[in-house]
Amino acid sequence: MSAERLDVDALLADPGVRTIVCCGSGGVGKTTTAAALGVRAAEMGRGAVVITVDPARRLAQSLGLTELDNTPRPVPLPEAAEAGGSLHAMMLDMKRTFDEIVEAHADPERAREILANPFYRSMSSSFSGTQEYMAMEKLGQLRESGEWDLIVVDTPPSRSALDFLDAPKRLGRFLDGRLIRILGAPARTGAFRLLGAGVGAVTGIISKVVGAQALKDVQSFISSFDAVFGGFQERAERTYRLLQAPGTAFLVVAVPEPDALREADYFMERLAADRMPLAGVVLNRTHRPEADGPPAEEALAASRELEAGGEHPLAAAALLLHARAARLRDREAELRGRLTAAHPRIPVAEVPARAEDVYDIGALREVGEALGEAGPDGVPG
Amino acid sequence: MSQRDPDPSGGVRLHVVTGKGGTGKTTAAAALALSLAAGGGRVLLVEVEGRQGIAELFGRPPLPYEERKVAEARGGGEVFALAVDAEAALLEYLELFYGMRRAGQALTRFGAVDFATTIAPGVRDVLLTGKAVEAVRRRRGGRRPLGQAGDEPYVYRAVVMDAPPTGRIAQFLNVNAEVAGLARIGPVRTQADKVMETIRSARTAVHFVTLLEEMPAQETADGVAEIRGAGMNPGRLIVNMVRDPLFPPDVLAAAERGEVDVESLVQGVKAARLDRPSETADGLAREMAAHARRVRAEAAVRGRLDRVGLPAVDLPYLGEGIDTAALYRLADRLAEQGAAG
Ligand SMILES: Nc1ncnc2c1ncn2[C@@H]1O[C@H](COP(=O)(O)OP(=O)(O)OP(=O)(O)O)[C@@H](O)[C@H]1O
Ligand SMILES: Nc1ncnc2c1ncn2[C@@H]1O[C@H](COP(=O)(O)OP(=O)(O)OP(=O)(O)O)[C@@H](O)[C@H]1O
Ligand SMILES: [Mg+2]
Ligand SMILES: [Mg+2]
Repeated sequence: MSAERLDVDALLADPGVRTIVCCGSGGVGKTTTAAALGVRAAEMGRGAVVITVDPARRLAQSLGLTELDNTPRPVPLPEAAEAGGSLHAMMLDMKRTFDEIVEAHADPERAREILANPFYRSMSSSFSGTQEYMAMEKLGQLRESGEWDLIVVDTPPSRSALDFLDAPKRLGRFLDGRLIRILGAPARTGAFRLLGAGVGAVTGIISKVVGAQALKDVQSFISSFDAVFGGFQERAERTYRLLQAPGTAFLVVAVPEPDALREADYFMERLAADRMPLAGVVLNRTHRPEADGPPAEEALAASRELEAGGEHPLAAAALLLHARAARLRDREAELRGRLTAAHPRIPVAEVPARAEDVYDIGALREVGEALGEAGPDGVPG
Repeated sequence: MSQRDPDPSGGVRLHVVTGKGGTGKTTAAAALALSLAAGGGRVLLVEVEGRQGIAELFGRPPLPYEERKVAEARGGGEVFALAVDAEAALLEYLELFYGMRRAGQALTRFGAVDFATTIAPGVRDVLLTGKAVEAVRRRRGGRRPLGQAGDEPYVYRAVVMDAPPTGRIAQFLNVNAEVAGLARIGPVRTQADKVMETIRSARTAVHFVTLLEEMPAQETADGVAEIRGAGMNPGRLIVNMVRDPLFPPDVLAAAERGEVDVESLVQGVKAARLDRPSETADGLAREMAAHARRVRAEAAVRGRLDRVGLPAVDLPYLGEGIDTAALYRLADRLAEQGAAG
């Protein structure tokens, strides 16, 4: 069974597509894909910005990103300028993004108070999920600014595929939830009593476990935070709706390995359940033997025969190398077949594995070309 | 001190296995547990990310919050596994320290458990690492809370943790620093301090799984520096998915320059009676050139890993995938290279 090919160029050229989100499990090439899409879109004449999360250092350097600074920086790209496009890139700094929200919504004194609160400080820099939330927050900001034709979003290497969809809601839920109300309510007010006898016990236990000072910090953080934000939940929901909106396209990045494809599968189902617009799958790091050559089994048998004969060591080794490559290709073809059987209507683009890592513009361009090549008329490998 | 289990790993009893995502942490942790248990010990393999990767690796249904035997090691050893769940660990902790089972229920009802384990910074990590440390210190003849000395032999010869990836490992293990921002006093803080004592001691080693690829190697170098900086002990580099060289160095060097003895390939292909000898030989030559580039890139990465200055062990790439038999093979490779002793 052959999958429909994902037409990446059509996606990049479509002015209606304003946001592309690259998601997938850890290490599959989300950051690489996002950056390559940015380069290609810019060279097709679009004003693109890429939000990267933890890019490899050398990749960051080649994009001109020397530090986390949370503002899009121009990437010098003469080919893009010629085409009337441009590329900006930024590295997400989750703490900075959180701080900026505080600064934008609180009066200066209150902002200072929040920023100095120990509970806020550790939450903004280390709560698992904050990064996911902040990536979405940043996306919202860039979308609102109206400055960009196309925003390409890389996603964090989440603990699980779902974090990235769940974290914003979870954070919102907590910051708006019942516990927060309890902790944030000034003790011994009417509202506090209304919540019932359990409340005293809860705050009692919390203070016993984490200490009274910590409870006080939490309470003061919550009361100032609440006054500043009103509905965090609402904010989270707005972000979530932004993802569902037309103009957003999700790409699930995967590599042709059983675990990664299982996770990709899971991800696709989850995106569908949440009515997130999935544009297709990027199958990264696929292996195509340099030449057709003999099939794996035949090459292996030939290699063994020559090995035993002892007269053609070079050919024996070269055939073994080829047999391994052919076997890998067969295995990948089988995995790909399973993927398309499970999701027959989801288009797929393929990016071959390169001999070396992807850390300069030239390599990103080549990855982009591989993605573009995979259009409907592209030549399959 | 009285009698102890034979100690096969130079005093290290908590092996933390980290690495970039997808490099083989779970696989390496399982193989390490098998090799440490070999010869008759009992080893606990702990998972902290809620992924149920261990169950899957051993072909079992998801693990409950309970220590279960998952495999036998060579020579009669046993590997137990535990998927630590922060919520369950919190309830257990409350009960153990305060006899507060009911309180735990009240906390759950108000969302406080959820709060403590997902939002309250550091608390989650205190619980997860705390559970592993508890297992390290646990002695036969009943559970004792952390820190209470006993002189019975340890329940587990060693504990192996399938840990969070390199990018988060220092922060994860350094629970103390994180909790310090939140709880300056109180039992959580006391617990964090005790956990840190074990984690910073020579009984804990942090191993880094890496591939011979740029990015995992870079993350490894950064992670090792971070772990050292936080006063913890890096253990070994576990270089995973290593492929054996197929050609002598001079042949590879030439192939990289595009110089392959195509005539010799043609002769070989003919000798093996394969179709289209010259096209086939040309294809093989191109594959050799690509292979040579890859080998060189790997050698460069190897050089950078050497400069990290940790003892390294190699695990071979097993093209057939990882099943239980493969885990034993990897465990044997670790044992041969001294990683288990
Ligand atoms: N097609 C490819 N060929 C060769 N190397 C690749 C390819 N795609 C990605 N890589 C390399 O694989 C590594 C992981 O890629 P990348 O950082 O993009 O993954 P990621 O999904 O963003 O990872 P994480 O989940 O850790 O954020 C990098 O070293 C990158 O250079
Ligand atoms: N030595 C090896 N030879 C062949 N395949 C391997 C080897 N080690 C690991 N793998 C395979 O690589 C994949 C990733 O391994 P594993 O799940 O152990 O990595 P991980 O670091 O725990 O990943 P994650 O970051 O997702 O938790 C799995 O499919 C596994 O079977
Ligand atoms: Mg990334
Ligand atoms: Mg794992």
